[in-house]
Amino acid sequence: MPKDHGIGAAQKRREDVRFLTGAGKYTDDINVYGQTYCHFLRSDVAHGKITSIDTSAAEAMPGVVRIFTGKDFEGIGGLPCGWQVTDKNGDPMQEPPHPVLAQGKVRHVGEPICAVVAETLEQARDAAEAIELEIEELPAVVDMRGALEGGSARVHDDLPGNLCYDWQFGSDTATVEAAFASAAHVTTLELVNNRLVANPMEPRVALAEYARAGDESTLYTTSQNPHVIRLLMGAFVLGIPEHKLRVVAPDVGGGFGTKIFHYAEEAFVTFAARQINRPVKWTSTRSEAFMSDAHGRDHVTKIELALDADNNFIGLRTDTLANMGAYLSTFASSVPTWLHGTLMAGNYKTPAIQVNVKAVFTNTVPVDAYRGAGRPEATFQLERLVDKAARELGVDPIKLRRQNFIDSFPYATPVAVEYDTGNYVATMDKLEEMIDIPGFAARRAESEAKGKLRGFGVNCYIEACGIAPSNLVGQLGARAGLYDAATVRVNATGSISVMVGAHSHGQGHETAFPQVVADMLGIDESMIEIVHGDTSKIPFGMGTYGSRSLAVCGSAMVRATEKIINKAKKIAAHLMEASAGDIELKDGMFTVAGTDKSVAWGDVTLAAYVPHNYPLTEIEPGLEETAFYDPANFTYPAGAYACEVEVDPETGKVTIERFAAADDFGNVVNPMIVEGQVHGGLAQGIGQALLETCVYDADGQLLSASYMDYAMPRASDVPFYKVDHSCATPCTHNPLGVKGCGEAGAIGSPPAVVNAVLDALNHAGHDVAHIDMPVSPHRVWQAMQG
Amino acid sequence: MTKVTMTVNGKTVSKEVRGNMLMTEFLRDELHLTGTHVGCDTSQCGACNIHVNGANVKGCTIFAAECDGAEIATIEGQANADGSLNVIQQAFQDHHGLQCGFCTPGMVMSAAALLKETPKPTEAEIRHYLEGNICRCTGYHNIVKAIMAASGQDVSSIAAE
Amino acid sequence: MYSFEIVRPKSVADAVSALGEEEAQALGGGQTLIPSLKQRLAAPAVLVSLASIDEIKGVSSSGGAVTIGGGTPHGTVARDVAASYPALAALAGNIGDPAVRSRGTVGGSLANNDPAACYPAAALASGATIVTSNREIAADDFFEGLFTTALEDGEIITAVKFRIPEKAAYIKFEQPASRFALVGVFVAKFADGVRVAVTGASEDGVFRWTEAEAALSGDFSAAALDGLAVGADGLMTDLHGSAAYRAHLIGVLTKRAVTQAG
Repeated sequence: MPKDHGIGAAQKRREDVRFLTGAGKYTDDINVYGQTYCHFLRSDVAHGKITSIDTSAAEAMPGVVRIFTGKDFEGIGGLPCGWQVTDKNGDPMQEPPHPVLAQGKVRHVGEPICAVVAETLEQARDAAEAIELEIEELPAVVDMRGALEGGSARVHDDLPGNLCYDWQFGSDTATVEAAFASAAHVTTLELVNNRLVANPMEPRVALAEYARAGDESTLYTTSQNPHVIRLLMGAFVLGIPEHKLRVVAPDVGGGFGTKIFHYAEEAFVTFAARQINRPVKWTSTRSEAFMSDAHGRDHVTKIELALDADNNFIGLRTDTLANMGAYLSTFASSVPTWLHGTLMAGNYKTPAIQVNVKAVFTNTVPVDAYRGAGRPEATFQLERLVDKAARELGVDPIKLRRQNFIDSFPYATPVAVEYDTGNYVATMDKLEEMIDIPGFAARRAESEAKGKLRGFGVNCYIEACGIAPSNLVGQLGARAGLYDAATVRVNATGSISVMVGAHSHGQGHETAFPQVVADMLGIDESMIEIVHGDTSKIPFGMGTYGSRSLAVCGSAMVRATEKIINKAKKIAAHLMEASAGDIELKDGMFTVAGTDKSVAWGDVTLAAYVPHNYPLTEIEPGLEETAFYDPANFTYPAGAYACEVEVDPETGKVTIERFAAADDFGNVVNPMIVEGQVHGGLAQGIGQALLETCVYDADGQLLSASYMDYAMPRASDVPFYKVDHSCATPCTHNPLGVKGCGEAGAIGSPPAVVNAVLDALNHAGHDVAHIDMPVSPHRVWQAMQG
Repeated sequence: MTKVTMTVNGKTVSKEVRGNMLMTEFLRDELHLTGTHVGCDTSQCGACNIHVNGANVKGCTIFAAECDGAEIATIEGQANADGSLNVIQQAFQDHHGLQCGFCTPGMVMSAAALLKETPKPTEAEIRHYLEGNICRCTGYHNIVKAIMAASGQDVSSIAAE
Repeated sequence: MYSFEIVRPKSVADAVSALGEEEAQALGGGQTLIPSLKQRLAAPAVLVSLASIDEIKGVSSSGGAVTIGGGTPHGTVARDVAASYPALAALAGNIGDPAVRSRGTVGGSLANNDPAACYPAAALASGATIVTSNREIAADDFFEGLFTTALEDGEIITAVKFRIPEKAAYIKFEQPASRFALVGVFVAKFADGVRVAVTGASEDGVFRWTEAEAALSGDFSAAALDGLAVGADGLMTDLHGSAAYRAHLIGVLTKRAVTQAG
């Protein structure tokens, strides 16, 4: 019998009512009195020296309030990077300045050079066209291999070879070489993890206002983590102390990582509002988003797997080039290193693993975390490689995986992390049941009768979520703590506001979080509301990314609620003249154990605020508690995914016929929301596998710069998915036993799709070892041409 | 400037508009109906879909001046008279057909137009009809399911998970 | 967008007169023009909306032809020619998406002559006649290259007369992002021969594949196309497909169109 309330219930989402009636309040829906509009004049060349900027004619245009250039930001901080990676020689990464408006040079198409603030947006655009700008074009650095060569042009003049860092991680070279030397078989694969644009449907918006009387700035922005923006922008860019800076992220229309980062535009509007003493608003167009939102992925990798004569994995070695783009975005440096290298063991007990990553600057848009961030790259390499090994060895790819599964926990990998729990056999068993492997031959025959090829692909994945603990990530270079915080404010009548540091932009926290608190207190969920997204209302928070909200912030909420229960029991004990140790809380009633004496939740909360009969010498009035939670370890969701495709051998077009996902997320609070998260991740993974990619030409022009050329998945590109999360091994170190589900779909699906396409082609006699994503009709057709 | 008069969600409105004012701007900036969203500038995402004289139209690709005399329906006018969710909206909530909510107004308007044209659409018809409505959150599974449910079809056999 | 005024004439004559003004530009359904105005790629002083001209809307059939008003939206065509010319209705019903089909018009599509648009293939394969505010132009003379047609400044497409073939089919292979035709092939079999028009592929826009027409006029079967191929020279190469791939697709889609036409 499914639960109808509390943890485990598929509660309908309360936030839906406003979204379904047009009553959501997104940043662009906010307008303030006296507001001005900002338009950025952006570079249309990838690389060049700014030789002159003349704004005089533009300044005189109607409605222009002020025009800003890089000069206005001299002496003001640049955009910071939040993670310092140390290279294999022990040196810190190269961290060139990242100006708010270009200083001297432009380094990617779309880089903001000037900002026009005017009474209307069209006036700002008109004036921007009247700015006389001279740029001496320089050779563009686009290809990563070329960028690393000595003779390459330099994105940053004092950085020969365009290298950000050369990082090595895992087993030592001698150990890995010994494994390869003793191998019976070595499988090698070179592949590209295609550059993507996150494309949340809401483009970014920033609106800043300034109150001169109190010297207070407010920024409304499309962010996944308003406190992080307050910290980075206030402390590192503009020098505004926290108590004078409020950051609000209201309803946010999707993030997928790209709204984690601190961007030039939000720093600019906050700065400009102070300068002109009027509110300044910027709303990105989708075209601007393509050249100013941080991109994702963009790795080029060579990976090798050593197997012994019994097909056991004995060694793994990778060599990756990771594109940073022109500047280091907020968490860019951590993605190809700590979010990628640490996952290279996957689900397998490979004893020797070495990961090598060179991060490279190019004249392209900065690259940073996108749904999965490093973990999809790791999964794709490993799971494509295992499939290739199976094909080379002539063994069943599922059997090869099963043979090498990690099967006892905790398990310390050679790449630094310790998986606390998991059951990879169980998710694979479940997957096989869901996808109906025995029926595949008949389905393939049906496809062949229609002139189509059919293929089956499978993969496993592991991810590390809820990035933590702070002292560990600090040692690894993080410049922030990665805990989270929650305040539970119980009101006099018993209703509750929970202020959480996590931000909900589609994840349904407003519904799921109350389910947890309601369960703990035994009261109705409707008495509980979640407050998020405003630094003036919530104690602190690191925000939502890395599938961390419930595992980290949810745990803080549990701890705060425990404190509430503890105090409420003392009040109840006083009211019933009993000992606090004898008080039990069940279904919203406090009872003295073994008696029929009880007081209701509302009586206790009222007593806390009307303390007439109250132990004032022992406890304070009021009922409000805050907890910060810093986890002991990452969480490790894992699973097994399978895909069946049909390939049209004449056109190369691939269609997804079936997709099944068996996940282990640990405990689940709201299964409906969890399933929805998986569905969305799957579509993004299928999008990466079949449709999406960013293409730059040799001059650094972005060719896939709108939905006319960047193929977003549509309803007709995907099937109904089968998903399951019943194989749960609860996380061992957080109070809810949850692991996180937001990124799994995007991490786990690309290899299954590509493996399935290759199965279809190879079964039909085409000897194709690999096709890079997106596996477009053109690429499949080319592969079939041999 | 041109004077336009139109009916928006049953109410008559008259305004002076610039020639280049799009319906999305008219609704959002002039009428403060901010439920109609702008997600792209190439007329592809469908977050701005509204009904103009009953036809499903991208609000970002029609000028306010072209709607003089027209009957306009937006997401704000879709709920039942008592304020409760209409059948389509309710199905979206029941089947978790939305996450961040940004594409949702356009999805609901498209779904309403589809069901008027095709009262019991198949899965394939729904997916084809949603060609111009991009959702980045849901993977479409629950949107398609919600529309099937709103049309009175039994969706219990669709992989609930 | 730059600023401009909009006028909404109610007759072709008034529209022609409005288009005679300085910097005036016609606005059909706007599904292509408005996005380009947003990018500031055009700076008209006046947009002359054709949407209020009833005389250029609607569908009628007589004498083996269907006449579609130039201002008729794709969605209306998809519905109203379903019985008289199903292949054309199917084409119209697959342009863009439902909202685009509510506004975009046949006249607007033909006047724009996007090299990846669907309607030019239908007009050329059907041997259609483009009726304008001052003359009639045979489809064979109408399309003059990328975004270029025989239309003169201020000339409005008032109707398109499609000859109804005995058999026809249009197969579009979609470019995965825009969903325009990466390649689209329209095959139409008339008593006096077969016409094959290809869109999406050529650097010069829509064209007729005359070798295929000759082969199919003798034997209207997919097999008749065996051994025939369009050369890659002059075909487009872009992110989504090379010239060679497009050449290959033309062969595949033409066969499929013939098979579908029956």
